[in-house]
Amino acid sequence: MSAPMFMKGNEAMAEAAIRADCRFYFGYPITPQNEVPAYMSRRMPEAGGTFLQAESELAAINMVFGAAVAGARAMTSSSSPGISLKQEGISYMAACELPGVIANIMRGGPGLGNISPSQSDYFQATRGGGHGDYRLIVLAPHTVTELAELTMDAFDLADYYRNPVMILGDGLLGQMMEKVEFPEPEARRRTGLLRGRPLPPKDWALTGAQGRPPRLIRSLLMQPGVLEQHNFHLAEKYARIERDEPLAEVIGCEDADVVLAGFGTSARVAKQAREMLRARGIKAGLFRPITLWPFPYAQLAAIARTTRRFLVVEMNLGQMIEDVQLAVARERSLKDATIALLPRPGGGVPVPEEIVDKTLEVLR
Amino acid sequence: MSRQLFARTPGLKDTVTTYCSGCGHGVAHRLLAEAIEESGARERTVAVAPVGCAVYGYDYWNFDTTEAAHGRTPAVAAAIKRVLPDRLVISYQGDGDLASIGLAEIMHAANRGDRITVIFINNTNYGMTGGQMAPTTLAGQVTTTTPLGRDSATTGQPLKVAELLATLPGVKYAARGALHKPGLVRKAKSLIQKALAVQEAGLGFSVVELVSLCPTNWGLTTLQSVELVEKQIVPVFPLGVFKDESGAKAE
Repeated sequence: MSAPMFMKGNEAMAEAAIRADCRFYFGYPITPQNEVPAYMSRRMPEAGGTFLQAESELAAINMVFGAAVAGARAMTSSSSPGISLKQEGISYMAACELPGVIANIMRGGPGLGNISPSQSDYFQATRGGGHGDYRLIVLAPHTVTELAELTMDAFDLADYYRNPVMILGDGLLGQMMEKVEFPEPEARRRTGLLRGRPLPPKDWALTGAQGRPPRLIRSLLMQPGVLEQHNFHLAEKYARIERDEPLAEVIGCEDADVVLAGFGTSARVAKQAREMLRARGIKAGLFRPITLWPFPYAQLAAIARTTRRFLVVEMNLGQMIEDVQLAVARERSLKDATIALLPRPGGGVPVPEEIVDKTLEVLR
Repeated sequence: MSRQLFARTPGLKDTVTTYCSGCGHGVAHRLLAEAIEESGARERTVAVAPVGCAVYGYDYWNFDTTEAAHGRTPAVAAAIKRVLPDRLVISYQGDGDLASIGLAEIMHAANRGDRITVIFINNTNYGMTGGQMAPTTLAGQVTTTTPLGRDSATTGQPLKVAELLATLPGVKYAARGALHKPGLVRKAKSLIQKALAVQEAGLGFSVVELVSLCPTNWGLTTLQSVELVEKQIVPVFPLGVFKDESGAKAE
């Protein structure tokens, strides 16, 4: 671990990317993630890397595409409206099996929305987002240190699976300053989401066909059946990710009468609410998925074996709740379960007291 | 005693073309491949193919190639060049890709002076999708989306890309050639060679616009297409070098 530092989430994410050997960052201004390009513009040259302010989010994600084509670790960041614009490029990256990291520091939507923290891009992030059958690995940190750690992991998982990885944060996490400790990159590769697995060589990257046949990176597959086979090939990769990568933090669910479920910032607030409930003698647990795709269905289903009441806290109108329902339904009939929602859309952020009140209502 | 007068360049793969009869892409591909091969850069070339007919460039080019999303070709090329500054990076684009959906990307790559070479094929229409109006379509030209001919009062005038890009300081070479006569084909190759040399010297952005032929979508024979280019297209898109800051004398 590094010495503790006091940083904004956005800056810690940028620093973690550089520590994870990201040397190419392409961005475009949008609040509340502007600290990322600002930090990168200063730090990348020091690190021998390249910062480029793109002319649009479209250009930025396609620059990530190009840098990945050439074999580099590359990143872009944006916030909800800008992430919508990047969907085209993300689809192409998934199709071409190009690694890359995209951070979405979410703000309120739809449309231009506002610049308050939000989690309303859950569906977009976890279901692919752009056109075609594809998936992103989606990581949801809830503290600045975890944001730094998962940013480092994101580059490793992207390279390991040759797949784009999204860091799904929100304006609160991006703007908040708190203590952050950066893991040593080599140690993190052993203890983090990569779990010490060796990274495959980039023997597909375009570097000039010196002493070898030309390489080709494409997503246009017009010959009959070839695209269908490519989709099945991607599906096989996604199945491996679903088998090996789901991760959640689970607290106090063994004896729980009710389990609070949420990700990112709303889970952080729910953590405090859970402690307040326990202090009042209410057996409350917490389920916090760290990987949103693949969603930790099995871990939640195991909780549903002994718990039938859930309160899903989301800074949206209720998106992750559908995955909670899918998970609980693996273990018990939904008729026999209570899956309540505390929704805070449009930039609303829950406070612990309202989660406590809603939990008491669910238990009544 | 026999003598070989013409052979496939090692810059191209040994394959059969799937481009339409009379299409200019085959000639343009060969000129690019010859220029790259002759400069000794084939094994350190990375090309970006556009969305459009030339997406299949990699079926012919004997060098590393990636596709790009429609119009984002220069953004992809610019990033490749920044990762691999000692490679020769080519962005090969048509008029829908470059001059319509990708206008932001081409303008900003040019304005940044990205050290890439753009080969821009201007055949006054969207070829791949069956011949719709492009920004380069002539006034009055009939396409599938201008059945009465392009009405300039409501859809604008042909966009002159080489002249437009030549105004930007980051652009060090901007020229327009054509492919409908043997002499012009040889000239076009020299334009491409100059553009590549500008990139290799690290001077900045270089672009060669090539007025091409699209007999299929024009509904003409190849010979009629040659006449159309000569009499109607070249007068609107004059051939020449609009900017040459290569430091060497223009031919």
